[in-house]
Amino acid sequence: MKIILEKRSQRSRAMALLSPLLAIAITVVTGGIIFASLGLDPAKALYVYFVEPVTTLWSIEELIVKAAPLVLIGAGLAICYSANVWNIGAEGQLTIGALFGSAIPVYFTTWQSPLTLVMMLVLGGFGGAMFAAIPAALKNRFGANEILTSLMLVYVAQLLLDWLVRGPWRDPQGYNFPQSVPFEGWQLLPLLGEGRVHIGAIFAVIAVIALAVMMGRSLRGFEIRVVGNSPRAGAFAGFNQKRVVWFTFMLSGALAGLAGICEVAGPSGELQPSISPGYGFTAIIVAFLGRLHPFGVLLGGVLMALTYLGGESAQITMNLPNAVTGVFQGLLLFFLLASDVLMRYRIRIGSVMRGSAL
Amino acid sequence: MNEQPSSVAGAENAAAPLLQARNIVKIFGDLRANDDVTLTLKAGEIHALLGENGAGKSTLVKIIYGSLQPTSGALYWKGQPVTVANPAAARDLGIGMVFQHFSLFDALTVTQNIALALPPGLGMAELAARIRTVSADYGLPLRPDALVADLSVGERQRIEIVRCLLQEPRLLIMDEPTAVLTPQEADQLFVTLKRLASEGCGVLYISHRLEEVKRVCHEATILRHGKLVARVDPQQETAASLANLMVGSEVAVVKTTRGLAPGEPLLELAGLSMGTDDPFGVSLKNIDLTVRAGEIVAVAGVAGNGQGELFAAISGETLTAEASQVLFAGAACGGEHITSRRRRNAAFVPEERIGHGAVPTFTLSENVVLTHHAIGEGVVRNGLINPQAAQAVNAKVTEMFDVRKGTPDPEARALSGGNLQKFVVGREVILQPRILVVNQPTWGVDAGAAAVIRQALIDLARSGSAVLVISQDLDEIFEIADRIAVISRGELSDAVGAEDMSLERIGLLMAGAHEKANQAGGTAAAP
Repeated sequence: MKIILEKRSQRSRAMALLSPLLAIAITVVTGGIIFASLGLDPAKALYVYFVEPVTTLWSIEELIVKAAPLVLIGAGLAICYSANVWNIGAEGQLTIGALFGSAIPVYFTTWQSPLTLVMMLVLGGFGGAMFAAIPAALKNRFGANEILTSLMLVYVAQLLLDWLVRGPWRDPQGYNFPQSVPFEGWQLLPLLGEGRVHIGAIFAVIAVIALAVMMGRSLRGFEIRVVGNSPRAGAFAGFNQKRVVWFTFMLSGALAGLAGICEVAGPSGELQPSISPGYGFTAIIVAFLGRLHPFGVLLGGVLMALTYLGGESAQITMNLPNAVTGVFQGLLLFFLLASDVLMRYRIRIGSVMRGSAL
Repeated sequence: MNEQPSSVAGAENAAAPLLQARNIVKIFGDLRANDDVTLTLKAGEIHALLGENGAGKSTLVKIIYGSLQPTSGALYWKGQPVTVANPAAARDLGIGMVFQHFSLFDALTVTQNIALALPPGLGMAELAARIRTVSADYGLPLRPDALVADLSVGERQRIEIVRCLLQEPRLLIMDEPTAVLTPQEADQLFVTLKRLASEGCGVLYISHRLEEVKRVCHEATILRHGKLVARVDPQQETAASLANLMVGSEVAVVKTTRGLAPGEPLLELAGLSMGTDDPFGVSLKNIDLTVRAGEIVAVAGVAGNGQGELFAAISGETLTAEASQVLFAGAACGGEHITSRRRRNAAFVPEERIGHGAVPTFTLSENVVLTHHAIGEGVVRNGLINPQAAQAVNAKVTEMFDVRKGTPDPEARALSGGNLQKFVVGREVILQPRILVVNQPTWGVDAGAAAVIRQALIDLARSGSAVLVISQDLDEIFEIADRIAVISRGELSDAVGAEDMSLERIGLLMAGAHEKANQAGGTAAAP
């Protein structure tokens, strides 16, 4: 007896969109089973995890604060993956973007003008793009696998951050805590309303709209999709594959860098050894959950932000470890990939001899 | 070509046919690849299996050879029902097969390659002696100690045939054997097949070359869309009547008009040489060619002799070392990329329509953008794509080339091969380019679509454009070309007027008669 994956003769667009919803449903059911096996009431646990975080204004604001970087990064990664370029190192690009942007308040502590903030944001995007250019260069010049190089550079970036905040960039008045000087005035992002929501959320929405237009209508977006789908057809169309690698890597790097500086100039207000709860990695799931489409990424980002909040509330209300967040994110990605495979293939159990399907 | 096939001789069991496939049905998903097909083959008979691409020939053969199992239906061998579970079982019965694509190791000798396919137990010296005897007996000269890498495609095919003959087959299956052969090599093969048949061996001969089938086959089974449409005596048919049976309708005759004096040179290759990074690629060597306004020049040659490299050098997918090696309307553009060359009013159609000429998962209008983005009727303005303009081009191509499809703008992969090829050629022809380069314009395309495409190429040339056609199909070349050149191992012969070119001469050139002596040993043609 064998298990055979048989290609389905046609793929429906509806099923492709249904796949993430199915994956979410199975994740919730599996989550319920896990809670039950821990001796908790699954209905209550799921409520705490998925519903409670959106019942108060405060937590909805927090949802937006968490979704903004995920959407910003995920939208860039979606473009990358459409081009068949596998940038796995957004977390590192986020870190370097945060470092570049923070150089302004660290070295020009007293500079206060709207230009300060603009410079910080521009440097943040620039830093992320430059850091993403490293794996792009290695891929184009030496054919090095960008999955490995971009991932390894994450650790380089994080160690660099760690060294800076414990060493040269440590706040002299900070009682030896590993953190930079606190950002003030124009070194911080303007807030939207009274809470913690900052203009990073607007950047995310603008990025989504701009990228949707680029992918849908512009020749540049067309080039990316052709090269990602069929490199030989891309060469025949006159598109340069290396240029696409440069462009998509640096674009996604810039967006991750922007998310990074928004994180430190927003919710944190200073550099710390850890500036992101893994946004750069979670955004990979966001990109796939959003079907590599910018608008899909917007929804995917909000959903993944919910898993962070759910993890926190499960920690507070039910004394569950924070690892629950990782469990849910992993489950979701697993079920999403599985549904995608089953949309394209059907499983047949039996010998090769039989001709017809199930 | 006036010889007749020898009569059926040496049939060992006149009562039962050698092989009968009865009511074979094979279903893949929703597709009925074989739908109640019956084929009967007698010993000593050369039996043609005819049909267009996708008619179900390969499926039937794979079932007979044991690589596929039928959904229903049964095989009878010498009157007894048999199950052919796998190719090894087929070989045990006495069925041998020569595939279109060879499975040989370049770095090994002829004897070593054959030894790999035989059951162990025979010494190498002994095997070499038997190869020598068998190959001499059947008129298939082979040196047992030659390295496969040094052999021509025809010689490689001989190895495959000898490998089958050593197992003393009762039935030999040949899949499109002449597709890779020069006319002379094909003649030699026919002598061997007749000899085999006269000894009582059955031959199942798969081909779509109708003249050939008329020449050597005693019987023909014709398939269309997986169904058996006719079983005929090819001697009693004309090539046209066989074609009609295959296609199911009258095939349009291509109208050629000649006599216009060609105009100024539009496409010139001057001393074009190019190395290759690909271990299986072919280097181009000092190619000279001129295509003038108003004419079609064809490049003939066996596959894998540098056609793809030549196309890439002219289209600009590969740049030449010196700009002056490729000239469009007198302007040196060997250093320009394909987009710049398109702006010089040139258009290109590559060999593979899926994945090279078109993106399979993109719609047809998106595939219009693929080659029209730098030119054409405002398909792209200020970096933004205009979907309406692309859709208009698609509609125009559909109308002019009769592209048949379910919806107005389906994904490219939803089209049949013939319809997609009409689209890919039509997309370029509609631009009325001054220079058009087409690689294998009707490869794997049904006869109806092929006629439409060839007519479009002729009409374009007659309207004053220079058309270069790279093709392996000699019938096609003689049908449309004004002048013919032959490519062999990356070297191109002089282009000669079609009326001065005979099949014999083209065959000698395909075998490399024009190659310069000092370069002959340089590279081997990859099969």
